[in-house]
Amino acid sequence: MADVKIDKTVDARGAACPGPLMELIKAMKSEDVGTVVEILSSEKGTSVDAPAWLKKVGQELVSVEQKGDYWSIVAKKIK
Amino acid sequence: MAKRIVIVGGGAGGTITANLLARNLHHELTTGQVVINMITNTPDHVYQPGFLYIVFDKVRSEEIVRKQRDLLDSHINLFVDPATKIDREHNVVHTQSGKEYPYDFLVVATGSRIVPETIPGLAEGGHFFYTLESAKKLRDALKDFEGGKVVISVGVPHKCPVAPLEITFMLYDYFKHKDMLDKVELQYTYPINRLHALEPVANWALPQFEGKGIKYEVLFNMEEVDPVKKVLKSMEGVEMKYDLLITVPPHKGAPVIEDSGMGKNGWVATNKQTLNNESYTNVYICGDTTDIPISKAGSTAHFEADVIAERISSQIQEGSTSTRYDGKVVCFVETGFDEATYVWFNYKNPPKPTPPSKMLHWMKLGYNRLYWLSAKGVL
Repeated sequence: MADVKIDKTVDARGAACPGPLMELIKAMKSEDVGTVVEILSSEKGTSVDAPAWLKKVGQELVSVEQKGDYWSIVAKKIK
Repeated sequence: MAKRIVIVGGGAGGTITANLLARNLHHELTTGQVVINMITNTPDHVYQPGFLYIVFDKVRSEEIVRKQRDLLDSHINLFVDPATKIDREHNVVHTQSGKEYPYDFLVVATGSRIVPETIPGLAEGGHFFYTLESAKKLRDALKDFEGGKVVISVGVPHKCPVAPLEITFMLYDYFKHKDMLDKVELQYTYPINRLHALEPVANWALPQFEGKGIKYEVLFNMEEVDPVKKVLKSMEGVEMKYDLLITVPPHKGAPVIEDSGMGKNGWVATNKQTLNNESYTNVYICGDTTDIPISKAGSTAHFEADVIAERISSQIQEGSTSTRYDGKVVCFVETGFDEATYVWFNYKNPPKPTPPSKMLHWMKLGYNRLYWLSAKGVL
């Protein structure tokens, strides 16, 4: 994680709608291949749901980290 | 010299902002201290939530379209001349006709648009209801539909997040009233792992779906449509046959945003509280155009417009401002032809949908008429 440069951070903490997972899907659909995106979420569920979705669609999960009262999910668009 | 306010975009956000500014700055406008110029693409103003009702023959197009000029305070100058470039370094907006509109304050409310062409086959194989033309086309397709599998699918990102559920429930009632439920299979799909982005709404919708026999597939993101074989494929590897495909296509912002280097896909970096475009304290972003992770909806634009108008007025009259946007969004949710619920939430308070009722449905129908007062800055 330390050597991965984050290109874009979406602070979806407290965002009820469309929510952190939809923001991750949006980023994976619209960013260029190679882009590393970080989603910040105050929902614990995102730390499970986001990695599961990334695995399902074949995108790379870089890290999941709890930072106090929120979670950081970092993903890389690889295709 | 007069302070010049330029508003790019004449949708809900731009129109409400302009009219509120005209009210707050009436003295300055009438004494030549302030000028408000609105730049739009079209002379018409469309109430977009009305498209849903066009689909089911509940309203006529004349009811949801008004002349933009008629909605604006008479002190606001309207120029129907599409903006082609916004130059934030020189504080000027360039338009298609070659004119330049310098500004002291700028409001960018250029909205969003559907881009079905970004999913192969969708433009040919899918129906939509996010434009007047496509809503009428879907209305006619439904009239001719004799039965089969209706698939509802949702692109990312999209505006009006409750619309996918609304059209599903209204389709159920439509086919029920036509006595066709035994001939129709309703199949709903949704991008994330529940029926709606708002968890309380998703939890409410689940037993409704099960009670009505509406099938659902979650974690389903459109990747490709085969309009000949009538098959919809998802990024997650699911293939789904359909007889009628009704979708909310993915959205992008206005081309002028990307053309001006203001943000990829037409979304502009926006401070979630001040609504300023990054460090430009004289540039405000309103409605769908922001990149704030919040619902792209008319009510969002409305509540942001309240804040932007107050901030600009205060900056002009007092030299500073402290007004902040708290993330407020209010949405009615039609749950069929006869009942509706509503949700409101902000950055700190999650939504708590109330039980659907006929009264809320009537309020929604009432608001469809009252919208014009909102646009005028009265309501």
